[in-house]
Amino acid sequence: MTFGLAMMAVFLATITTAAVVDGIVPPSNVQTIDPAKVSQTPPFDHPGLHKLANGSYEAYYVAHIFSFEPHHLSVPLGAHVTFYVTSTDVEHGFSVPETGINTMVTPGWVSTVSHTFTKPGKYLLVCNEYCGAGHQLMADAIEVR
Amino acid sequence: MSTISGTGSAGSTDPGFAMRYSVASENLLVLAHIYTATAALTVGALFGLLQGFSRANFLALPAQFDYYRILTAHGVLMALVFTTFFICGLMTFATYRSIPRIRSVRLGWTGYCIMLVGTLMAASEILAGNATVLYTMYAPLKADPLFYLGATLLVAGTWFVAADILRNVISFGRNNPGKRIPLPAHACACTFVMWIIATVGIVVEMLLLIPWSLGWTSGIDVSLSRMLFWYFGHPLVYFWIMGAYLIWYNVIPTTYGGKVFSDSLTRLAFLLLLVLSTPVGIHHQFLEPGVSAGWKWLHTLTTYGVVIPSFMTAFAIFASFEIAARRAGVRGFVATVRWLPWTDPVFTGSALGMLLFIFGGFGGIVNSSYSMDVLVHNTMWIVGHFHVTVGGPVALSFIGAAYKLVPALTGRKLYAPKLALAQTWMWFIGMLLMSTSMHIAGLLGSPRRTSDVTYFGAAGAQSWHGEMVFAAIGGTLLFISVLMFVVVAVGTRLLNEPETQREAFAFAPAEEESMPTAPAFDWLGRWATVAVVLAVLAYMGPLHDQLSVRHFLAPGMRTW
Repeated sequence: MTFGLAMMAVFLATITTAAVVDGIVPPSNVQTIDPAKVSQTPPFDHPGLHKLANGSYEAYYVAHIFSFEPHHLSVPLGAHVTFYVTSTDVEHGFSVPETGINTMVTPGWVSTVSHTFTKPGKYLLVCNEYCGAGHQLMADAIEVR
Repeated sequence: MSTISGTGSAGSTDPGFAMRYSVASENLLVLAHIYTATAALTVGALFGLLQGFSRANFLALPAQFDYYRILTAHGVLMALVFTTFFICGLMTFATYRSIPRIRSVRLGWTGYCIMLVGTLMAASEILAGNATVLYTMYAPLKADPLFYLGATLLVAGTWFVAADILRNVISFGRNNPGKRIPLPAHACACTFVMWIIATVGIVVEMLLLIPWSLGWTSGIDVSLSRMLFWYFGHPLVYFWIMGAYLIWYNVIPTTYGGKVFSDSLTRLAFLLLLVLSTPVGIHHQFLEPGVSAGWKWLHTLTTYGVVIPSFMTAFAIFASFEIAARRAGVRGFVATVRWLPWTDPVFTGSALGMLLFIFGGFGGIVNSSYSMDVLVHNTMWIVGHFHVTVGGPVALSFIGAAYKLVPALTGRKLYAPKLALAQTWMWFIGMLLMSTSMHIAGLLGSPRRTSDVTYFGAAGAQSWHGEMVFAAIGGTLLFISVLMFVVVAVGTRLLNEPETQREAFAFAPAEEESMPTAPAFDWLGRWATVAVVLAVLAYMGPLHDQLSVRHFLAPGMRTW
C-alpha cells in the first residue's frame, strides 16, 4: 500500500512537471462560437491550412454530420500545426491515430490541439465520438509530404 | 453481528412482527431486484455479442437492430439497469439482515416498482429507435422525452430504496445509543448517501433535457449538460465498486471460515469512498473545450485520492486470506492460494474478479492521468477498461454473490454448482481475451462507439481488425457464461425443491481488535456533510467558469 501511494505521488509529480515545464496539458481551449453561424465566422468561413508569419501553421476544421471540412489536408513535412476545430451540429471527435492529436469537438466551442508532423505519409483523421447513423463514415485524410 | 435464519427478522421481540412484516416479503423484494438484474444482464449480453460480431465483420445487423441502437441498449442495460437493480437488492438484503428491520418493506417495493416502470419506458424507446443516443445521452443528440423520463424514474426509484435503507440505519442508531452500526449496514448507508449526492447531477441534467426534448425550450447548454452527466458518471462507477467491496469485505470471508480483517479499516474505506467519489468527474472531460487545464489537473489529483480506499481494500482482503490460512495451519503464498475455496463459485467469482481488477486499476490510473488520456481517449482502450472493471470485479462478484443470495432467499440448494463454478472461469477467460484485445486495439488508435472501423480500407485502420476478431471470441465466451448463470439462478428457484431446514445466512464477523473503532466512524451525517462540501468545492470553480462565459445553446437534432 505504501508502494502504491508512492507510485501515485511519482505519477502526479511527472504529469505536473510535464504540464508546468513543457506545457503538456490536455486540449483545454476556452473559446466560444455561435454554432449556427460557423460558416460566416472567420476564419471558419475558409476551413483549411493557413501559414503564419513565424513559419508555423494553423488548420481550421469544421465538423458536421458526417464529414470534416476541409477534405484531404496537405501539410508540408516538419510543419508545426495548431488545429482549431468546431462543430455545427452535435458532439464530434477529432483524432489522428499514431499522433497525439485527439480532442472532443463541442458545438458552441472551439477546440485546439497542436502537432509537429515529422514523418511523411497519409494519416487517417477520424471522428471518435458517436454522432449518429453515419458516424463510421466520418473520416478524412491528412497528407504530409 | 447476529446470525439470522429465515424464520423471522432479527431483534424483534414483538410476536406479531413476523406476521406483519414477514421475511418472505422482504426475500421476495430482494429476489425481484436480483432477477430483474439477471434479465437485464441476459438481454444486454445478447446485444453485446451481436455488436462484437458486427464489429469483427462476422455479420451484418438488420435495420431494426442497427449497431448504435443495440449499443445504446447494451450500455443502458449493463451500466445502469443490471448494476443498479443488483446493488439495490444486495444492499436492501444486507441492511435487513444485519440490523433489525423496523418498518414494512412497502417503501422498498415502491422504489422497485418505480425503477421497473422507468426501465421499461426507457428500454422500449431505445428498442423502437427513438433514443439512439448511447448510455451517455450526450446532448445535443435529442431522444424522445419518454426515454429521459424513464431514465429519471429509474434514478428516482433508487431514492426510495435509499430512503428505506437509511431510515432503518437511522432508527437503529436512535434505538441503540452507543452501539456500533453493524458493518454491512454501515457500508450500505455510505453507498446510498454517496449515491444520493451523485444522482443530483443526473436529475438536474434531466430537468434540462426533458423540457428541451418536449420542445418547451429551444436550445440546450451542451457543455453544462456534459459536466452534469460526468458529475454523476464517475461516482456511478464507485456505486458499482462499493457493491463489490461490500461482498469482498462481508461475504467472501464466510466462504473460507475467515473474518473481516478490521472493523475500523472497513468503515474508513467506505467513508473515504463516500467523500471522495464525487469530486472527480472532470477526468472524463480531459479532452473537452470549455474546461480549463487547471480544473482538469485538480480532478486528476482528486481521482488519485479515491484510489486510496481501493489500496486499503486490496490490503485488507489479502490480510483476511492470510490470517484465516494461518489459523488453519497453512503458511506461505502458494500454499495460501491453494488453500482458498476454489471449488466454491461464490469465492471464485469474487476472486477472479479481483484478479481482473488489477488490470482495471492499472488502466484506470492511465486514463485519469491528465495528459496521458490523449493517447487513449475515446479509443477501444476505454471500452477494454470498463469491461475489466464493471464487467470484471463488479459483475463477477455480483454473480458470485447471487450464488449465495438466491439459495438463501429461496430456501433451496444451488442448482448445478459445478456449472456455476465453470461459469465464473468462462467469464474470466472470456473477459481477459476480450478486454486485452480491446486495450491493444485502443493503443493502435481504433475508435470506440463505431460500427465499422475499416474506413474504406484506409492504411491507418488495417491493424485494428485482428483485435476485433479476438474480442468477438471473448464476447462469445462471455455470452455463454451469462447463459450458464441464468440456468443456475433460475434453476435454483424452479428445479430445486425447498429445503426443510433453511441454511442460515450470516455475514462475516470482524477480527477482535486491540483498539475499538473510533465513534466518529459512525457519524454518517457529518461524513455526508464533508462529501457535499468536497463536491461543491470541486465543481464550484469549473461551473462558475463555464456559466460566466457567454456561450451558445444548441437546438439539438436526431442524427440517426
